[in-house]
Amino acid sequence: MTIRVEHEVHERRKGRNYGVGLLLIGFIGIVFGLTVVKILQLGDAGEFERFDHVARPQLIPEEGASE
Amino acid sequence: MGDYFALMKPRVMSLVVFTALVGLLVAPVPVHPFIGFVGILCIAVGAGASGALNMWWDADIDARMKRTAGRPIPSGRVQPGEALGIGLALSGFSVVLLALATNFFAAFLLAFTIFFYAVIYSMWLKRATPQNIVIGGAAGAFPPMVGWAVATGGASVESVLMFALIFMWTPPHFWALALFVKSDYGNAGVPMLTETHGRDATRNHILIYTLLLVPVAIGLGFTTIGGPLYLAVAVVMNAWFLKGAYDIWWRDDAACDADKHRTEIKVFKVSLYYLFAHFGALLAEAALRLYGLGGWS
Repeated sequence: MTIRVEHEVHERRKGRNYGVGLLLIGFIGIVFGLTVVKILQLGDAGEFERFDHVARPQLIPEEGASE
Repeated sequence: MGDYFALMKPRVMSLVVFTALVGLLVAPVPVHPFIGFVGILCIAVGAGASGALNMWWDADIDARMKRTAGRPIPSGRVQPGEALGIGLALSGFSVVLLALATNFFAAFLLAFTIFFYAVIYSMWLKRATPQNIVIGGAAGAFPPMVGWAVATGGASVESVLMFALIFMWTPPHFWALALFVKSDYGNAGVPMLTETHGRDATRNHILIYTLLLVPVAIGLGFTTIGGPLYLAVAVVMNAWFLKGAYDIWWRDDAACDADKHRTEIKVFKVSLYYLFAHFGALLAEAALRLYGLGGWS
């Protein structure tokens, strides 16, 4: 008995798999596009960076604080 | 994939996309094209999700109606559980993405629309009362309000009147259909007005609801999204629709049988033109405003 690389179910599901693949690519595209647009809409994207990259005192553990 | 797409009622979705797009574009707040696209996509997917939930719940009556017997679930091409899963997943997806992409009010309205269509209309009203079309029509009337909310983050007299236009238009539109596909709803046991109160009562209802629709349609012309062009279109279309409603009201069953419901079929088609003309005119007014021409100022 020869090994069939392509099972019948693979052939049957090919269309559905392509469809799911396209939907996932579309979803990634939407999320990526939204991210770009939302960041550009901030006006100065540097503000975003400043928010993220400033050492905030409240995040630094106080000296002598117990665990 | 085609059967899954059919679950989402693409023809209903096209009307939802059109009216939601008009609601979005006539709003006074400009929206980034990509965010607008995602907003409309979410509304379309939400409408599709509620369509899938409706098909899941109504599979038993769909199987008994000629018009719907070929749908994916009654014909056995899609399992009921699949439709339920797709409906719930797409509902969650569309509402969450709309909230993240635009604002929470628009997402809330979309969630409420899906709930209204799937639960209030499909599960409760459709099999319980001949007024199912009247109250259930609200679900189809929300999309322009959602589109407006995507742009503005709220509601206003304009968006409420766009809602009211579709809400008041739905009963005469569907009852005209029910008059010439009468046997279908009866076979399925759906309490359509034609079955519970008779065809004469349905004709009366069509005329009354069309009379109530006219001031809503004309009134929208005097808001900030209306204008002379819209008003002209509204006057012509309302006169045409009212004439059709009068023609239906004036007829009896013998006349219907004699010409095979020619008037009812014509009025049903006019009702479709009516809605597209009104929303098309609103869109035209918005386009003219870009060149300083539209509106009343």
